[in-house]
Parts: sequence; structure tokens; C-alpha cells
Amino acid sequence: MAQHQVNYASSGGLPVALTTADHLINWGRSNSLWPLTYGLACCAIEMMASGASRFDFDRMGVIFRASPRQADVMILAGTLTKKHAEFTRRLYDQMAEPKWVISMGSCANTGGMFNTYSIVQGVDRIVPVDIYLPGCAPRPETLQYAMMMLQKKIRRESANMNKNKKQRFI
Amino acid sequence: MRKYTPKDNVQKKAKYTDRFWVAPKVPHLEVEKGSFFETVVDELKNSGIDVLDSYIELGQLVVKIKPEQNVDALTIMRDKKCFKQCSELSAVDYLAQDGEFEIFYQLLNLDEAKRARIVTRIKQDQAIETVENVYKMANFAEREMYDMYGIYVNNHSYLKRILMPDDWVGHPLLKTYPLQGDEAASWYEVDKIFGKEYRDIIGPELRDPARVDRYDTQRFARVGKEVPFGADPSLVDTTETPIEDGYSKTFLTDYTTGSKQLENRR
Repeated sequence: MAQHQVNYASSGGLPVALTTADHLINWGRSNSLWPLTYGLACCAIEMMASGASRFDFDRMGVIFRASPRQADVMILAGTLTKKHAEFTRRLYDQMAEPKWVISMGSCANTGGMFNTYSIVQGVDRIVPVDIYLPGCAPRPETLQYAMMMLQKKIRRESANMNKNKKQRFI
Repeated sequence: MRKYTPKDNVQKKAKYTDRFWVAPKVPHLEVEKGSFFETVVDELKNSGIDVLDSYIELGQLVVKIKPEQNVDALTIMRDKKCFKQCSELSAVDYLAQDGEFEIFYQLLNLDEAKRARIVTRIKQDQAIETVENVYKMANFAEREMYDMYGIYVNNHSYLKRILMPDDWVGHPLLKTYPLQGDEAASWYEVDKIFGKEYRDIIGPELRDPARVDRYDTQRFARVGKEVPFGADPSLVDTTETPIEDGYSKTFLTDYTTGSKQLENRR
């Protein structure tokens, strides 16, 4: 095996990569974003399609989790009624830090066409939103793009969540 | 030339006006002699039900009765005339016109393939007897009627709101209820989750989806004007971006001043 011996000092450098803790932690976080399995309305159908084999969310490390304790991202996919807002907030509170929120579709962004008494006019009244994804309903590619934007955002921010300036009312 | 109309506040005006809309009038036909529906009306009359009015509307029998006799009338319809199914039960708000609710029971006879509607009217503060023991579906339907109109149903087994939350204020399907909700409705989720003191922090609902607040650095950013989240609004550059020169020269030809491209072609 002598001919396969690698001389680290002369051929290509040491097996050492230098990075910062922020980079390393954010690399891990952004490449294993686990969203909560949580559909509200028709956008959830597109969200399910994103997770299924044709669009294949798994290749991006995005795996839907059925428990808020194991999830990092909450995708608010659909119309949020005022009756349900309380439970959305409770699920958000149950998620462990660090956590992010994607507001998916017009209804979640602004209430959309439901300009009525019973619909929350934008989920940012309830939870702090990181990515607003327009569309009615957004295609699975769009949701994947939103997830990529979120990854970009995570890579840019500090690994210490307390340093990140976020919209937090509680 | 199209007539000029001022364009300011054009978003705030209602697009749709009902100038050309005419309320459709469905003809009320008399109940034919010898038809199945006549036997239904006769059966009700013979059983001691006060039939105030009866007619055929769109091929369906409509029978108006007194509100005290709703259970008796429906029992006769079910047992004697085989109307085994109650497909819908609800109320109509006629408070502005007549000061009354209209309560209707839409029934279906599967043997004869006929539909009939039992209609009764109650005053605003009047309650109605439950028909839960006649038709099981009345359990949910009457709860919905209570939820949406505030009509109390006597002897109902579980009279509780069914669609709106339990602590909701008001009954949304009343004509007097505003479409975008009263004050309690517009602050409902904030009061419930965060408490009333958070109303100032979260702010009122934005009901105009086309509204753009150029000094808002927390919600939607303007393309090309991105600022850090929650930046000081006074530092935000809000100057309008002019249309690029290249763009306007290529695509927008000003024929009054003459065009270089056209000159070249000539």
C-alpha cells in the first residue's frame, strides 16, 4: 500500500478546513430545515405536493415532522381563521428555538380575498414571519424557492439567535 | 375620447353597483288538485295544523304554519307523508322589513322524489321548539341557527355555538352585523392570545390589500429599496425610481417629438 500513501504536507494541503462557528452551525441548521406538518387550507395541497416525490423536498433536507417539538419551520399554508389563531400560536410556542415561519399564500400574508370578520388579516398579527410567499396558491417550486430564501437568510444571520433582530412581541 | 373621470381614491370606491340588478320574482303557483302535494296539505289540515298559506314554488311545496306547531307538523310530514329526510334547516333575517325571522325546514320525500318546505315566522325575542326528536340533523342545524342568528331553541340537548368560538360577540349572519366585523371581532385574536394591552403594539387590521406603506420596514419591502428588518423609518429612501432611460428609448416611442429609430429607418 505504499504507493497509495498520501503525503498531506506536500500534496494538496492538510485535511483541515477553517471556518467560523456561525458558519458551521448555520450550515447545519439551513440544510436540515424540518417544517411542521401543518396545513390550513388549499395551500396545504401544494405543500403536500412539494413534499411528495415529483417535487421532492427531501433532497433539500426538508422533512416534514408531525410534532412541533421536532420542527424548525412553521409553514402557514392557507387561510387562518380567528378561531384557530390561538392554536397556531400555541403550536408556534411549542416549537423549540431556533424557529422560523413561512407565510405561504395570499390568505396567510394579508387575509387575501377573505376580507371578512372571521379571518386573521395576515398571520404576522399572531407569529413573527420570516418569509412572505405570494401566490394563490403558490406552486410547489415557489415554496421550494421560499425555503431556499429562508436558507439564505439563516446562513446570513448569527448562530446566536438572541443577536438576530427579529420581530418578537413576546 | 373616453370621458375623463377623476382617479383619486379610486380604490376606495365600490367597483360593483347594482343599477341593473332586478330582484328575481319566482311565481307562486296554486297546489294542483289531485296531486301528491294536495294530499300533504290535506293531511296537515286534518291533523289540526293551522296552514296559513300553501303554494308551489319551483316545483316544491311551501307550507306556512304557526311557530308553536313546528314539531307536530314535521312529525306528520315524516310519519304520514314519508318525508324521511330534512335536508336543511335555518333562518332568514327579515328583521329590517318585518321585525321577524323566517325559519324554514327543507324536507325530502325519497319515495315520491318530492321536496317540501315548512316555513314559520318568529319575532326577534321569541324562541322556537327543537325538532331534534323528529330529525336528528336538527341538532347541528339548530346550533348553527343559534350561532349565526342568535335564535334560542327550546329543549335542545346541547345549544352551543358550532362555527364561531364560544366567546365570540354577536351573531354574524344577522343583516345588522358588519361584514368586516365589529370591534370585538377585529381584535378577537389579539385579545385572546396576547391580551388587550397588546392592541397598541400589534395595531389595527389592514383591510386594504393594495395599501403600501413606504415607511414600513417590518412588513413588505419595496423592490430595490431593501432595508434591514425594522430599520429606522426616517432613514428609508422613499424616492421614486424613474423609468430607465434605455427602457423608455427602446420601447416607448414619443411620436410627437420624433424618434431617432424612425428617422434611421426612413
